[in-house]
Order: sequence, then structure tokens, then C-alpha cells
Amino acid sequence: MTDTNISFATAKGAASEPQQDRVRSYWQLVRLRLRYDKVTLFFGMIIVAIVLIALLAPILPLRDPLETSMINRLKPIGHEGFILGTDELGRDMLSRIIWGGRSSLLMGLLPVALALLIGGGLGVIAGFMGGTVNMMIMRVMDVFYAFPSILLAVAISGAMGGGMLNGLISLTVVFIPPLCRVAETATTQVRGLDFVEAARASGAGSASIIGTHILGNVLAPVFVYASGMVSVSILVASGLSFLGLGVAPPTPDWGLMLSTLRQAIYVNPIVCALPGIAILITSLSFNMLSDGLRQAMDVKM
Amino acid sequence: MNKTVKHPPNGLLSPPEIDVVSNKDPRDRGGPAQPLFIVKNLVKNFPVRGGILNRTTAQVQAVSNVSFQVLKGETLGVVGESGCGKSTLARLLMHLLDRTSGELIFDGDSVGVHGGMPMRKFREAAQMVFQDSYSSLNPRLPVEDSVSYGPKVHGMAGKAARELARDILKKVGLRPEIFGPRYPHELSGGQKQRVNIARALALSPRLVILDEAVSALDKSVEAQVLNLLRFLKRHYNLTYVFISHDLNVVQYISDRVLVMYLGEVVELGPVDEIYNRPRHPYTRALLRSRLSMDPDDRMDDAPIAGDPPNPINPPSGCRFRTRCPYAEPICASTPPAISQWTGPESHTVACHMYNPVDGHSLSGNPPAHDAMPDTDIQSRPTRVHA
Repeated sequence: MTDTNISFATAKGAASEPQQDRVRSYWQLVRLRLRYDKVTLFFGMIIVAIVLIALLAPILPLRDPLETSMINRLKPIGHEGFILGTDELGRDMLSRIIWGGRSSLLMGLLPVALALLIGGGLGVIAGFMGGTVNMMIMRVMDVFYAFPSILLAVAISGAMGGGMLNGLISLTVVFIPPLCRVAETATTQVRGLDFVEAARASGAGSASIIGTHILGNVLAPVFVYASGMVSVSILVASGLSFLGLGVAPPTPDWGLMLSTLRQAIYVNPIVCALPGIAILITSLSFNMLSDGLRQAMDVKM
Repeated sequence: MNKTVKHPPNGLLSPPEIDVVSNKDPRDRGGPAQPLFIVKNLVKNFPVRGGILNRTTAQVQAVSNVSFQVLKGETLGVVGESGCGKSTLARLLMHLLDRTSGELIFDGDSVGVHGGMPMRKFREAAQMVFQDSYSSLNPRLPVEDSVSYGPKVHGMAGKAARELARDILKKVGLRPEIFGPRYPHELSGGQKQRVNIARALALSPRLVILDEAVSALDKSVEAQVLNLLRFLKRHYNLTYVFISHDLNVVQYISDRVLVMYLGEVVELGPVDEIYNRPRHPYTRALLRSRLSMDPDDRMDDAPIAGDPPNPINPPSGCRFRTRCPYAEPICASTPPAISQWTGPESHTVACHMYNPVDGHSLSGNPPAHDAMPDTDIQSRPTRVHA
């Protein structure tokens, strides 16, 4: 399927300018492929919408997410003035979901981005250097890898205390080892190929070889893996908040909202499920996007 | 350039016209008498690790005590069975592997030692074409970028490097406007190998090491690439070390041939000498193992039986003795010395039968090549017809 897209795109390009003399870069190719993948585009647009809404929360005409009202507690969806109802303290759910998206998205994206930089970098170094350096880096990673990710996040957050910053740090630490491992495996594979040897034979230094030949081939699998981790990160962050280790109340956060609303599940189950639905849609979208990216980035070796 | 030149529809250029560059190379230092590349007592052992402490338990003697010279402007063919150390030798020559011991001298300069020729300079002067055309091109880089990478590493500006890449793509018979932007997976095997050759030539080397450069290609494409290599050699004033297991190809392209067995040089001489008057029993067996074009000329027994011995534990004395029809006790006790190299035309061999004082029963009176069983070599189709 992807192949037909490519040949179609090439044919079109050739028709518009017959003597195409332009070198199409790898990322242009990926973009071309994505353009024809409707499913991925759809979920990508959902993510863009979620991010935009979360970013625009301060200027949207919303109620104050912290304003409580004892007479309006646990109103159902569509109650007058509260489109998505209210929570156990009478706060507007729509406003809290949108504001809560800010912290949940931050907790989803930032730890993964940091882990991608640190873990990916360490993995490429370990894979490229090999030998003792590889062993030292990877054995340290193995120690962290030995714990289930939620347990490790809970342990680190618990040790450092609650709060958003500590939550971010613990999540980053949790995601470094798997990303490092993926980067190391990909690098080790690429490093043994003849074109790396050929680059060495043409006199290139390690930095140039990594930059031109290794990164381009390693980035795709690592990036795809990382994009899949965003949804895991959102879930773990929600779990941390749920346990009281992440964001502190009354700040809106999907995980925290789920935690505080669960006592009301028999009074108004649909409202209680709303933060869960938000988490579901967001993580599902990131998963689908990651799937689509994997297909788009899969250039034949 | 003549604008009306018609290109074949497949984008391949017709064979370029030959214009020979003057043999006077400004980079030449030692003159024609100085060999371009001298290899002295080259040894490479790979440690075999094992046990709890990951200690070295054995050594694979991939290349042992190999010495030869590559003369300026020649093509030196290197033949031998799979696993005899040909590819290791190629990587050692390119200094992609650290040698265990030995010496490499490039046009008078020592390579890979402190105070010798700078590695950067050597990497410009010597280039390699790899065997596997699939893995030797970066799948993420368009062909043009792959070719221009080397010159850029050596400080050429991006635009000039791209110009150069296009020029060289043209020289190897690929239209740069069609093939330049393509990715390796959009090329055929032969086209990829042309790109590999272009990449090696982009640094304008003097020595090109071709490690099984045509082995993976179809016969027809192989012939095209071989002819291209001959053209490029004249055009760029190159010296080749051509490593292959294919005896016909080596005979076609080489001026001199070196025969390797289990990491050692067993015979070295001008191509016609080696192919018409082979001396070493191994070379003879190797040559007789070629299939005949004559359907009545069937081969009943393989001229050499079995596999080469394990290089971790090579046989004592002469390494070929386990498969040699003339083996005697002396062959097990003493490794034969290779005979004295006297000049470009000399034909040297490492066999006790050719040294009158070595104590082999046939010493100084070796069996004639024709006396060996099987048919005559002369009638064999040895030339590759392009």
C-alpha cells in the first residue's frame, strides 16, 4: 500500500517537472507517504485538536475550573450551564477536562521527549562505541529495566515526594532505559553494515559517521517507539496522580480527577468516566499515530 | 559535450569513450620502480574468547605472514577459497582492521604507525569497493549524497562535491539527473555496484581495493562492470587489488595473481604464468576445479576434496599438506618458505618441491603441470567475453 503511494507521488512529481534534478530527502518521502494515510492523518488531527484546545484553555470562554459550588455537586451531563456536568465539589467538568489536559499532555510528552534525548543519545553512544562503554551503559540501564515501569515511577516519586516536577523526573527516568535499549539495538545493527565501514574508509570521523549515517537509520525506529510511549506516559502520569504522587489537588488533572470522582461512581457514573474517556482518546490517538509513523518511516533497506 | 548524444532508455550511458590520462601522475613520489603498496609480514589473529572470565582461549589466524608488493598501475588479483582470509586481507590493507603485526608501506610512506603517513591522507589515496552492494550503500541517502560524502569529509564544499559526484556518476555510466536523486533500493545490483565504484573514485584514489566487487552480479552485468573497471583504471590512472574467488574473472582483469590458502600466500606471479604453468599443488587443483565448457569433459572427482582446515588450529608445517597429493613428512615438520621475489616478472611459490635443498623426495624436480591427471588447461574458456 505504501509502495503505491510512493510511485504515485513520484509519477506526479515527474509529470510536473520532467527533468527533476532535486534530491528528495528522506523526511520529504515520509511526509509524502503520510499524506495518503487517512487513518493516521485523522488521529494526528485529533491530537492537534486536543493540544490546541489545551493550549487555548486560558482564552476559551470557560468557567473557572477551581470554582466550587455546593449546590451544583455531581450534576449530570447537559445540566443547565454545565455542558459536561459537575464534579463532587460542583466544579465545571468541561473546564476541568480542558485544563486537566494541559498537565496530562505535559506529563505525556515532556518525559518522553527528555528520555528520547538522554536515552536515545546514550543508546547511540553505547551501540557505536561497543565494548566496555556499551557494557557499562547497558548494565546500568538493565538495573532500571528490571522494575515494572509503574512501580519504578511510584518508587521514585514516592522517594522524592509528590508534585509535578518530581512526577516529570520520575517518568523521565522510567522511559530512559527502554529508549536507550531500542537505540542501542538499532545502532549496533547499523554499525556493522558495510556503508559505515565505507564511510570510515573515506576518512570520516566518528561524529560525522554518527550524524550522517547512523542517526538517519536509527532515528526512525526510536522515534516510532517513543511516540508509542507517549500514551504510556499519560497513563502512568494519571496513575501517579491517582495515587496522590503526581499533581496535587485542586489542580485539574485527568488522573487526579478520576481518583477523586471514583467515590461518586454510583451517583453519576458517566461524569466519573469523563476523565477516563479523555485519557483513552488521547492515548489511543498517540498509539495510532505511532503505528502510522512506523509504516511511513519504513524505507526498504 | 555533444548535445545530440542518445541515451539508451534505461538511463545507462553507452560505454564512455576511452581517453587515457597521461601516465605522469603528480602524486607519484617514488617513480615507477617504487611499488605503490608494499605489504610486509602482515599478520592478523582474531582472539576467540570463552570461559567464565572471557579470556582469550585461542587465536583464529586469519592472515598469517603475508608479504607482497602492488606495483604502480597494475591489477593484482587475489584468489583463494572462501574463508582463506581474502576479505580480512582487504580490510587490513585499508586499515579498517588493526593488524596484529606487519608493515604497510604506501609509495614509500609507512601506514598506520605513529609518524607515518597521516591516516586522512591514506584514506584519500586508497579506497575500497565492498562485496555486498546492498549493505554498502546507506539506505537513507540518495545516491548523489552517498558519492559526495567522501569529498565533503575531506573538506570540499557541498556544491563542488555534488558537481564532482555527478561527474563521476557519469563516468561509471549512470545518468546523474536520473540516478542522483534515487535511493539505493530503487537500483538494481549492477547499478548499485556502479554507485559503489563511483563512491570509491570520488576521493580520486590511486589504489582501489575491490573485494569481490563483481561476485554478486549476473554474468552479463559482471562483464559490463569488469569492462567499466578497466576503462576507469586507464582513465584515472588507478592501481587495483582485485580480490575474488572467481578464477575466470581474476584471469581476465589481472596482471599478476596472488593465490592464498588459509591465510598464507602460496603462489604469486604474472597471470599467464600462474594460469598456464601453475606450480603449487593447491593452485593446480584450484585451476583444475574450474568446469569445462566441453560437455564430454566431465569432472568425476573434485580435484581437491574436503574443506580447508580450521584456521584456529592450522596444520603444522605446510598448511596445504592435509589435502596435498604430494605431502611427505617434511611438509608436516617444516613450513615451506616462499621463494625469492626478484622482480615484476618473477613467479614465486611456497612449496618444498620447488626448493632443491628442502628434503622433499621431489625437491628440485617437481611434477610437471601437464603430468598431473585431468585435462589440459589451455582449452578452457578463460576469458570473459564482454
